[in-house]
Amino acid sequence: MAHLIGRDFTPPDLRAKVTGRAKYAEDFRADSMLFCRLLTSPMPHARVRSVDLSELRNMDGVVGILTADELPEVRAPGNTILTNEPLYVGAPILAVAAVNETVAQNAIAAINVNLEPLPFCVDPLESLRPDGPNARTDGNIVRRGEGVVEMKWTAEDFDAAGEGQMPMGEPLAEWSYGDVEAGFANAALVLDESFVTAGTSHHSMEPRSAMAYWENGKCYVYGSTQSQAYVVPGLAGLLGIEQEDLVYISEFCGGGFGSKGGAYPVMAIPAYMARKTGRPVLMRISRAEENFIGVCRPAFQGRLKIGFQSDGRVTAADLYIVQNNGPNSGGGDYNSAGSAMSLVYTPPAMRFRGLPILTNTPPTGAQRGPGQNQLATAVEPIIDKAARELDLDLVAIRRINAPDNSSGYGASQGPVTSAYQREALDIGAEQFGWEDRRARSGQRRGSKVTGVAVGQAFHSAGSGGFDGLLRIAPDGKLYIHTGAGNLGTYSYASTSRVAAEVLGYDWDNVEIIRGDSSRGLPWTLGQFGSNTSFTEARANYASGMDAVQKLKEIAARDLGGSPSDYDVGNEAIFARAYPSRRLSYAVAAQRAIELGGRFSGEQVPDDINQMTARAVEGIAGTGLIGVARDNHPRNGTVPALATGFIEIELDIETGQFEIIDYLGVADCGTVLHPMGLAAQIKSGAVMGFGMAALERHIYDTHYGLPGTVGLHQTKPPTYLDVPLEMEWNAVDIADPQNPVGSKGIGEPVMGCAAAALLCAISDALDGHYFNRSPIVPDMIVNAASGQPQSHSPLQVNTQ
Amino acid sequence: MSETNSVDIGLAGTGASPFPPHPSESENPTSPNTSPGGTSFGWLEGCGSWSRRDFIKGIIASGVAVSGVPYLASAASRPALQAGGERLISLNVNGETRRVSVLPNETLAMTIRYKLGLTGTKLGCDRAECGACTVLINEVTHYSCSTLTMRVREMEITTVEGLESETGELHPVQQAFMDELGPQCGFCTPGQVMAAVGLLTENPDPTREEARQAMSGNVCRCGAYDHYLNGIMRAAREV
Repeated sequence: MAHLIGRDFTPPDLRAKVTGRAKYAEDFRADSMLFCRLLTSPMPHARVRSVDLSELRNMDGVVGILTADELPEVRAPGNTILTNEPLYVGAPILAVAAVNETVAQNAIAAINVNLEPLPFCVDPLESLRPDGPNARTDGNIVRRGEGVVEMKWTAEDFDAAGEGQMPMGEPLAEWSYGDVEAGFANAALVLDESFVTAGTSHHSMEPRSAMAYWENGKCYVYGSTQSQAYVVPGLAGLLGIEQEDLVYISEFCGGGFGSKGGAYPVMAIPAYMARKTGRPVLMRISRAEENFIGVCRPAFQGRLKIGFQSDGRVTAADLYIVQNNGPNSGGGDYNSAGSAMSLVYTPPAMRFRGLPILTNTPPTGAQRGPGQNQLATAVEPIIDKAARELDLDLVAIRRINAPDNSSGYGASQGPVTSAYQREALDIGAEQFGWEDRRARSGQRRGSKVTGVAVGQAFHSAGSGGFDGLLRIAPDGKLYIHTGAGNLGTYSYASTSRVAAEVLGYDWDNVEIIRGDSSRGLPWTLGQFGSNTSFTEARANYASGMDAVQKLKEIAARDLGGSPSDYDVGNEAIFARAYPSRRLSYAVAAQRAIELGGRFSGEQVPDDINQMTARAVEGIAGTGLIGVARDNHPRNGTVPALATGFIEIELDIETGQFEIIDYLGVADCGTVLHPMGLAAQIKSGAVMGFGMAALERHIYDTHYGLPGTVGLHQTKPPTYLDVPLEMEWNAVDIADPQNPVGSKGIGEPVMGCAAAALLCAISDALDGHYFNRSPIVPDMIVNAASGQPQSHSPLQVNTQ
Repeated sequence: MSETNSVDIGLAGTGASPFPPHPSESENPTSPNTSPGGTSFGWLEGCGSWSRRDFIKGIIASGVAVSGVPYLASAASRPALQAGGERLISLNVNGETRRVSVLPNETLAMTIRYKLGLTGTKLGCDRAECGACTVLINEVTHYSCSTLTMRVREMEITTVEGLESETGELHPVQQAFMDELGPQCGFCTPGQVMAAVGLLTENPDPTREEARQAMSGNVCRCGAYDHYLNGIMRAAREV
């Protein structure tokens, strides 16, 4: 019986958060610290002709200037630290350090940068036209092995698309399985829908500020990243130093949502500036800067042809996605969306095609459910449209297509570790009172109409092969070292509890060591991709079991018998047949020190990462060391599946809506931390509501300038945009490939809510489907009043 | 960009304090924007000659200007900000009188974070969009990023650091936020705490709807609103 798994607890960093003692990157100070500001591009694409610094000669307090010429060259299409060819508005060109921030900003204002405007592009489809503009001087797409090249579709490709439909020329990626054409031929209903999903900014509450200094040959960086150990190799690479010469501190991270998963270029600037000036440097990033350098979710323009039997079962799907990639390498959202399609709707035959087109908009990167959540917003309303045409219930059409343990994933249709989507739909429908609520669909109250809907989303949620590390000290306490980040899910703590669970520790006697690479942290995957609850639970299980085995061996040596005669409990190791024959953990830890070797970390397993080995070196000889690589078997994709049920009231005169109720249901395996899961399900839904109805990038096509900058214009949801209360539940069935049964969940809980809200708006409008997200009030008013929309079907950068 | 390297900017500021000189050493009488001297400033004295434009620039959050036809104007065409002179003033912060040198256009958020060492108050947007910098001024919530320090000299300022009792007991709002797992990333939390304390001071028994209206100036990108509201309702029962 688990005494920690599945129970609520107070995360050890919580008190620091409510008292203001939690220190984020911008909260650190150092003697003689300088302040750094950035000069960023006002143009979407330009070349720096010259930089005139003459005005700075008479300015007191300016200490250093850093330009792209002084930094290692970044090969296209990588994200640059500083650049002489800015490829988006807001791209950092140079940095100035001064004795205070005012002087630094005044210096920025006094620098005369002469920029040569270059052609730009803010709409991928425009770039694909035969004479369309390219975002980079070399082209508009990245081909593996070739770099940036030009890709154009023919006029015939565009003409063949049909009125308002997505043209589908040559793709970059293509895969298929099954007989797609036969699937369509045998379908009772075939829908062919083009769609648009808007790009959205991450806008973590903490902009990506950083502070750095050099001391005794080591570089100390205080950064804002959602990962800890995983950042070190990338940041050391950006700085051109060895990993052991970097001390990285990120005990708290004010939000990342994918944008701070690994090292990112701009965080290297204070370190370079500190090396140049010989003084500590703090770079405070403003909200306006974060808007651009904080990356964004790529927008999609796409098309889905999908066939259904009369009972709603999908027969085939053909998906095409053009991804607005931003100017640099970007991410694989479009491909992930294709794989998600294959799992969530389990089409027996499917084709996927897609390509990422470069644009002069902010660099793209992973944002919570990258690809999968755009897919949810695009496809779930199409599923509803099919249900209407086939006269099927909205839950029933999802239930008949729902993935289970036998489902396949992606192009190869490889296995999944566990999937209980049908169970999630059933749990949710019952708790939500689905039948009764559906009866209220379309009900009028003045100008307000009730909409009731359900949405689903998926993300792969786990990995393996990383290291766990812990120490039982002679004081009897357990010190669990974790390289997981702290982005606010508390999974760094809930997965650490797995090691404490294995050892039977009282949680009050456990301390988690984290947040500072000099404290000895094991190699860990980044805290992204909903993976921590799976990946880190396995790693901490491995180190916990290693410690148990060593405790048993010590007991057998000292008390007789063989290790298998012993068991652990009450923070002691005891003989199963003679419980009084026991050693306390404190005594065993002291014995481990005396025995040395692998017991105290003087020797380490061959298969652990070098970072972990260095961490062990720092604590060797101070207790019993549990250290192991996670070699637990793993085969297949780990699905996190989420379902959202929603009821709204839509005012068809104003286009405003109110969410009356929301219920989120998760399939995330065994629940590790109920309150933490509740927080993720509900708060993920909040972000989803923003994606569905509030947030979007708009770029002016004439000048290539952004129309949505900062929080006021990008509109992340507030207290008033969400239901007054929200509900949650979980399937809570163990995943067989995790020793404690847990899977991740952080990402799909957003996508299912976004999809549910979009579907509910269309439900309130009696089945008017927009094929677009977000749906904003003027679109609703137009639809309700029978007016045409102000945008064409595939247009981007719309209101 | 060879020009960059050819200009000697050297170590012009080496050895200088991170902040401009202490006013007892130097007030800058040459600045056209410096307020008249004297010892008995009222609320607005010391900042009256500052335009809204100067104030916004003083926030130093400009980044990229993105309006009109900005790229016809190079960065250099933007006029530099005159720093003006600092004045030594007394602030009542968390029940203590703190002597601090303050620029006329300095925001309270910058003063408390960078001069008083109280980094619990966060800067999320620096332009009154997010509420991460919320503090209490005479028990009323204010965005400290958009409040001039000079304006609050005679007032009682409370930051998140001022809520715990001397024996380390948390304020009921802080305790309730812990009990209900309110914070996620935690960056907006000090602002949420202060807004909730302000709400319960004015309305000790709010409905959930009243609470969310009162809290609606505090953005949480993690979206932890439900748990924060749970915390406020719990705290209301215990205040």
